[in-house]
Amino acid sequence: MSLPDLPGLNLNEGEPAFAEPWQAQAFAMTVALHEQGNFGWDEWAATLSAQLDTDPTDDGSRYWTHWLAALEALMEAKGATDAAAIAAREKAWHDAAARTPHGEPIVL
Amino acid sequence: MSDHDHDHSHLSKMDARVRALESLLTEKGYIEPAALDRIIETYEHRIGPQNGARVVAKAWTDPHFAKWLEEDATAAIHSLGYTSRQGEHMVALFNTPATHHMVVCTLCSCYPWSVLGLPPTWYKSPPYRARAVSDPRGVLADFGITLPDGTSVEVHDSTAEIRYLVIPMRPDGTDDLDENALAALVSRNAMIGTALL
Repeated sequence: MSLPDLPGLNLNEGEPAFAEPWQAQAFAMTVALHEQGNFGWDEWAATLSAQLDTDPTDDGSRYWTHWLAALEALMEAKGATDAAAIAAREKAWHDAAARTPHGEPIVL
Repeated sequence: MSDHDHDHSHLSKMDARVRALESLLTEKGYIEPAALDRIIETYEHRIGPQNGARVVAKAWTDPHFAKWLEEDATAAIHSLGYTSRQGEHMVALFNTPATHHMVVCTLCSCYPWSVLGLPPTWYKSPPYRARAVSDPRGVLADFGITLPDGTSVEVHDSTAEIRYLVIPMRPDGTDDLDENALAALVSRNAMIGTALL
């Protein structure tokens, strides 16, 4: 498969660092957790690599989704949280959004 | 006229998932939201390919700096104020008429953030990561580059510990330009090795 065959793959300059705000949050959390000494960067690279390997047909558009999954897995491995807590909290955020009038900040 | 079923907010799946992890980790004291904002601000506005372009332009105009960059890129780049948060070593790869350098991370997406910002999507894509090693000339052709037959291609695989910055050849006809004007000529892709200047 040649690179230009991939939809959405811009080979030129000028792509923004983050396409959506959640990607920036996931990235910043990783950098902050590393800086606080929660994991080494080599450890992070190995975790991200393992996660990316699960999806060899990704054209790069699922990269940040994999990034977040890798961060969840690594912090689970560190005992900081677990999948059930994340799933419950994710639902809580959706519920909070549903009871928040449009245009107001969403809070738990 | 408003449809009350839709008169509330909505979070995308990924937005809710990232908020879930962030709120859990904040409550346990692992992260501070204000620190996250500072990191995002830095990477969106202060760190980008313009940093690497300044390194290249200085190497073109200052032979002492070029030599330093060749011998100890980490220190030479640090001297310009571009420091890494991940503590990796930097290696500068000087293109010549005989050798063209190209950078990939076959493992994941290791990239010289301090001088290039965050990697473009194609750099993170599996086809680039696989083909940069197996078929570098084919990948260069995808980017519209054909190298002379006498130029060999060297592909460098980044790691968490070592990141590479390609120093492209200075274009002909630029003798009159100062460092700022030269920096403006240096593209991100040229510093990854997927463009010529």
